[in-house]
Amino acid sequence: MSEPYSSPSSDVMIQFDRVVKKFGDHVVLRELDFSVKPGEFVTLIGPSGSGKTTILRLLMTLELVDGGTIQVGGEYLSHMERGGSLVPADERHLRTQRKRIGMVFQQFNLFPNMRVLQNVTEAPVRALGLSKAEAEQRARELLDMVGLSDKVDAHPTQLSGGQQQRVAIARALAMRPQVLLLDEVTSALDPELVAGVLSVLKEIARTTDITFLCVTHEMQFARDVSDRVMMFDQGQVIEDAPPDQLFTQPAHERTRSFLHAVIDRAV
Amino acid sequence: MDWDWEYAIDSLPLLAEGMLVTIELTVLGALFAYLLGLVFAMIRRVGVPVLSQFVYLFVEFIRSTPLLIQVFAFYYLLQPAIGVKLSPFLTGVIMLGVHYATYTSEVYRAGIEAIPKGQWEAARALSIPRSRVWTGIILPQAVPRVLPALGNYTISMFKETPLLLAIGVVDVLNSAKEAGAETFRVIEPYTLAGVFFLLVSYPASILVRKLERRVGTV
Amino acid sequence: MSDNLGRIISTLLEGVPVTIQATLGGIALTIVLALIAGLALLSKSRTVRFFSRVYVEGFRGTSEMVQLFWLYFVLPALVGLQIVPLFAGVLVLGLNHGAYGAEIVRGAVQSVPKAQHEGAVALNLGPVDRMRRVILPQAVVEMLPPFNNLFIQLLKSTALLYFISAQEITQKGEELRPALPMGDLTVIYAVELIIYLLLAIAITIVMRALERAGARRLGRKPPPRRKVFSSATAGGV
Ligand SMILES: Nc1ncnc2c1ncn2[C@@H]1O[C@H](COP(=O)(O)OP(=O)(O)OP(=O)(O)O)[C@@H](O)[C@H]1O
Ligand SMILES: [Mg+2]
Repeated sequence: MSEPYSSPSSDVMIQFDRVVKKFGDHVVLRELDFSVKPGEFVTLIGPSGSGKTTILRLLMTLELVDGGTIQVGGEYLSHMERGGSLVPADERHLRTQRKRIGMVFQQFNLFPNMRVLQNVTEAPVRALGLSKAEAEQRARELLDMVGLSDKVDAHPTQLSGGQQQRVAIARALAMRPQVLLLDEVTSALDPELVAGVLSVLKEIARTTDITFLCVTHEMQFARDVSDRVMMFDQGQVIEDAPPDQLFTQPAHERTRSFLHAVIDRAV
Repeated sequence: MDWDWEYAIDSLPLLAEGMLVTIELTVLGALFAYLLGLVFAMIRRVGVPVLSQFVYLFVEFIRSTPLLIQVFAFYYLLQPAIGVKLSPFLTGVIMLGVHYATYTSEVYRAGIEAIPKGQWEAARALSIPRSRVWTGIILPQAVPRVLPALGNYTISMFKETPLLLAIGVVDVLNSAKEAGAETFRVIEPYTLAGVFFLLVSYPASILVRKLERRVGTV
Repeated sequence: MSDNLGRIISTLLEGVPVTIQATLGGIALTIVLALIAGLALLSKSRTVRFFSRVYVEGFRGTSEMVQLFWLYFVLPALVGLQIVPLFAGVLVLGLNHGAYGAEIVRGAVQSVPKAQHEGAVALNLGPVDRMRRVILPQAVVEMLPPFNNLFIQLLKSTALLYFISAQEITQKGEELRPALPMGDLTVIYAVELIIYLLLAIAITIVMRALERAGARRLGRKPPPRRKVFSSATAGGV
């Protein structure tokens, strides 16, 4: 018999409890445990195909767990309580849980049928019920913050990749999420555009109390902003430490060779 | 009026005979369309001066106007004008063939265009004679890929044959009409005519979809 | 050519409004049914998918002519209600082409990248908003070229209304035919075919304009200007 799953508590923002995720026979996450405290900036690193994106997608409810539970802010995300026991979440439950979570994608995923401003106002109006005026004001502030106040009427395709990604960040922030998931948000960008996006993210991390879970290959950025870095391999967290420690004195051989490979590539 | 099984079963042989005519029309019309469409496509591809432009306009004109009127025009106007009198059946075959040739020619065109330029260049580099390039290299590659589209048009043609009852072809729908006129019962024959069409075209379209998955489409 | 020229043309033109009404009515019904059935083909519910499959395969599998005869001659016998020919025509044109359109809608919705759907989920848009605000506006642009073909097929099908005496162009012409000498038949058929050709060109011009507007809306380069004729995709209808 396994122990009961840990009960929700409020001093953790994200809690993975023995989470299992499979694609067919392929087990990507095997009883994964980890937690993130409110306001923390946690970076996930690990080899390609190890399941980093899968973790973020589970949190965004784009995938459903095959075992274990996920809690966000002390409430079950993957499940709901029915008559004293946990059952898999239905769409309604997922919708209420999603409110607190935002995600920025590698490929931006802006809506091409809307101009920049509407990309940012659409969800606050439709999903949060803000008035159009409120949503626009909020959107303009955010677009100003990401340095795009002159692009509000532009079409997403008229923007550079870096600008599109900054719109996507503004769009996610417009929903006032408690948790923001970042999946290799600079990987699709030309090298000269990366810095602009990263500095925007740094600024947001510094000035808000949003909890970040970030997957990135930008090691310098990870080192600068993270409170913690988790090295992830074969469905498990194999090392979890503050960035200075993990990058300078990795405890595991796997971490060491991974960092070597990444840093060699970067040079 | 209720469904009368006895009458329905009685009218089956007549309808089946009509169905046979429908299928004959489709098969002959389709064969004609496959051939004539190929001729159109080659004329346009080779770029025979004047003729090529003429074929282009002809194809677009026929495609954009109703088959029914084309049938009337051919039957009541063109045939007397050139002094021939074809049977309604033969008229039907020819007009189905001509009308659908304008579609099949587009299918062939797309099929030929889908063949990589390198194939033509390689053939030229090897100094293969032009006729042999077509029969030996281009068509064997193009034909399998156009089969699903040809199949789809054949099914469309099949379902369009009933309009030939306007000039007196006794196909399945016309048989149903006659049965109905005799007995004043229309539910059974017309419904059965629909069932006949479904029985042929639904399996046929499943076959075409299978073929599509196998050879891809153009 | 003949003294009858004026009479022939004016008689044929009398049929034009009915042809246009049947075409526009048929197109409107086609759009509505294609959207409903096309989205139903993508439904999560098996039952919904099943019924919409039955509709689509049923109407694609039986001949349009049979459908017209059924609706016009059988239905009145069944329910004792004679339908106005034009109305019967619009119904059949819409039901038949709506079944083809459903597959167009389904394909276009599926062609919108999955990432767009996920982007909308991540912003907590509900299923209806996701479809209405994000997926459909993009899918519609994909639908326009195949719908152009479909509408021209529908226009051509209006000639079948001849069989139920709806007083459209084809019937007007056939009513004239018996009383006229051979030479005048040329005029009848030439005028008829030219009217249909012009209507087909009108449909294409409108659809091309929509295509360009749609491309602009999605921030794509507008499709190159093509000759109004210039055919359409090879795949069957
Ligand atoms: N929808 C899916 N169906 C099947 N397999 C999948 C699916 N999504 C992910 N996988 C598999 O799960 C594993 C983990 O994928 P994931 O995308 O989470 O890796 P990752 O750590 O983000 O890799 P990368 O650094 O390349 O982005 C991979 O082996 C991948 O092939
Ligand atoms: Mg990934």
